[in-house]
Amino acid sequence: MSVTATIALAGNPNSGKTTLFNALTGARQHVGNYPGVTVERKEGSYIEGEETFNLIDLPGMYSLTPYSLEETVARDFLIQEKPAAIVNIVDAANLERNLYLTVQFMELGVPVSIALNMIDAAQKRGIEINAKKLSKLLGVPVVPTVARSGQGKSEIMKATNKLIKSGLKTDPLIISYGEDIDQTLSEMEDEISAAMPESNYPTRWLALKFLEKDEQILDFCKNENSDLFAKLETIAYRVGRHIATTMATCPEAIIADHRYGYIKALLKQDIVTLHQDQDRQFITDRIDQVVTNRFAGPLIMIAVIMALYQFTFTYSELPVVWLENFFGWLGGVAEVNLADGLLKSLIISGIIDGVGGVLGFAPIIMFMFFGIAILEDSGYLARVAFMLDRVFRTFGLHGASVMPFIVSGGIAGGCAVPGVMAARTLRSPRERLATLLTAPFMNCGAKLPVFALLVGAFFSENEARVMLIITFIAWAGALLSAKLLRSTVIKGESTPFVMELPPYRLPTFRGLIIHTWERTWQYVKKAGTVILGISILLWAAMTFPGLPETQQQAFEQQRAAVTAAAAQDMKDQLAAIDGKEAETALKHSIAGRVGTAMESVSQLAGFDWRTNIAVLGGFAAKEVVVSTLGTAYSLGEVDVEETGSLGETLANDPTFTPAVALSLIMFTIFYAPCFVTVVCISREAGSWKWGAFSIIFNTALAFGLSVLVYQIGSIGIFGA
Amino acid sequence: MLKLNMRQMKENQSGVISAVRAGGELGKRIRDMGLVPGTEIKIKGRAPLYDPVAIRLMGFTLTLRNNEADYIDVTVED
Repeated sequence: MSVTATIALAGNPNSGKTTLFNALTGARQHVGNYPGVTVERKEGSYIEGEETFNLIDLPGMYSLTPYSLEETVARDFLIQEKPAAIVNIVDAANLERNLYLTVQFMELGVPVSIALNMIDAAQKRGIEINAKKLSKLLGVPVVPTVARSGQGKSEIMKATNKLIKSGLKTDPLIISYGEDIDQTLSEMEDEISAAMPESNYPTRWLALKFLEKDEQILDFCKNENSDLFAKLETIAYRVGRHIATTMATCPEAIIADHRYGYIKALLKQDIVTLHQDQDRQFITDRIDQVVTNRFAGPLIMIAVIMALYQFTFTYSELPVVWLENFFGWLGGVAEVNLADGLLKSLIISGIIDGVGGVLGFAPIIMFMFFGIAILEDSGYLARVAFMLDRVFRTFGLHGASVMPFIVSGGIAGGCAVPGVMAARTLRSPRERLATLLTAPFMNCGAKLPVFALLVGAFFSENEARVMLIITFIAWAGALLSAKLLRSTVIKGESTPFVMELPPYRLPTFRGLIIHTWERTWQYVKKAGTVILGISILLWAAMTFPGLPETQQQAFEQQRAAVTAAAAQDMKDQLAAIDGKEAETALKHSIAGRVGTAMESVSQLAGFDWRTNIAVLGGFAAKEVVVSTLGTAYSLGEVDVEETGSLGETLANDPTFTPAVALSLIMFTIFYAPCFVTVVCISREAGSWKWGAFSIIFNTALAFGLSVLVYQIGSIGIFGA
Repeated sequence: MLKLNMRQMKENQSGVISAVRAGGELGKRIRDMGLVPGTEIKIKGRAPLYDPVAIRLMGFTLTLRNNEADYIDVTVED
């Protein structure tokens, strides 16, 4: 079956665009990314009789002059890939503002059909719309729809198909922008037609965007024809100055005013009839009176955040355990059936543990996205951003940064992998990047065994208090580093908080499932392969080079001697030799050599080669710090849940002072995120540069703080 | 008739926008959302820390920070 035509679905955020897309395409859709950016590209197919249409769900936008990444991507698509038509989804209860985008599509000259969506909700609010008349006045098909129930979906597609089939050329809509601008526009149009007779863009539209100071268009003109650019700039400057002196405003403002004026005039022609007082309190207003109330609001928010946290980490526990058991079983099968040696070690410690590690996160990610999708689709997340904006803005972040922070371990025990992914809800690029880079400072579940070990061994009398202080340090560190990053590497004005508070809506189950599934699958497919590769590399670094034969033989001889003597504590002695061998092997490996080589520098923070290797191992996953410390102290594999003996060993080691413990706690909070998180940061930020940055920046920060803590701590101890 | 700044408006107070003095990205975002001269607005409420402010216009609700509302002049009935 061949594709008849490509149709773009476009509209304001919260207009029900994605719901209509889901209703039209069902399961016949897939998600990718636009080249080079992290904006999702959703494509699907709609079948009508013999014909198949390729549908693109463009990101939500308010206007065609792009400021955000989403808007840029959407406009590039419309101009470069030239869909046969746009289905413009318009919120019927919000016609005036939604038509602002429609008018701009029409000015671009792309064939448009309008889906007058959520017509049922509008009717309930006493808003009646004369769709026929609107269609006649605008000269485009207008079809009332209810995307949620699928009402009107085949009608809108039929109307759009007819529009495409008619083959009529759609002339760009011409709106009058007042004498000054209109004259300027025609003057610019003449210049453009003379200089660039064959352009991708309609000439008037190009002139209009030039006056609106659309940076992409300005660059385009500059690159295409610098003479033309200079001429247009002179004209634009002249009209700009004229408008500034006579009306104390700017061309962009006048253009926007006239566009809204055009829409207002249109709607006044008996298009909209109001049957109720619009000031009446609707359900959303009543909910908001409680939910954003000065006193009840923050309490409800805390409860909702706690609930999301519980939901993500408690309910995902069972599938996580299933997966762990499955991979444990698989490891056991390999253990029994494979001959001892490197291949066995690679399969068990490299591949099975690696794949298990990748998939182990999947249930948590799935539950997190499901929970966040509920909050987002219902409209509550916008309220959270509204209530917390004042606090987070102080640190150069966004009100919605709270979700990534909490999921990452703002409530101790989260996980930075879903946390980093939760930052997708942020639409402001700088705030989003700062959130991505600082969320891993939160105390994720994998850091907790490290803290438990050290606090248990050295500060057992104040355990609860120290753990609380650790949480507090993580928050303070994350917020202050966000502030630091936003005033240095991610410098820039905060993104305007001009944001819609959408009416509360019940999320559709289908929407939630599709949303959750796509994102989880993307993680497994895209991040998973990279993660598996790195886990094999880490396995190799801790395994190679193996001990030379002479040393292996020496351990064999010791074992033989013990076995021959058949002493009562033979088992213990053998275990001690195994432990010693593992320690020696670890020290001999690449990781061990790096750890030993770094000793001279790491001494400043009180770390010897053992701690160094443990910290290197923690790059695989933070709890590996504990098991690697165990190996380095010849205790063999230490269970992260049972760290008593390791704790004792550390406490008895004269070089491992409480100052070293504090320093290591500090280092664990702040140093490089585990590589799974690094992979996710790189993917979400759209560049490996930011992944590398997070490794270097975090480790440097952690080392600085650890040195400080160790040096001060040592003075304190010597003083006492 | 009284002209004042949007920041000075009280909860539930209504008015008509008389001027938007912001340029650049902020001005563009403000205007895209329908905050243009002649639009009727009503203050719906403020966040628990008194900033940002939620306003109602053309049948929907919009949030703005106080320092962004500073650029918007409103005419109100006294």
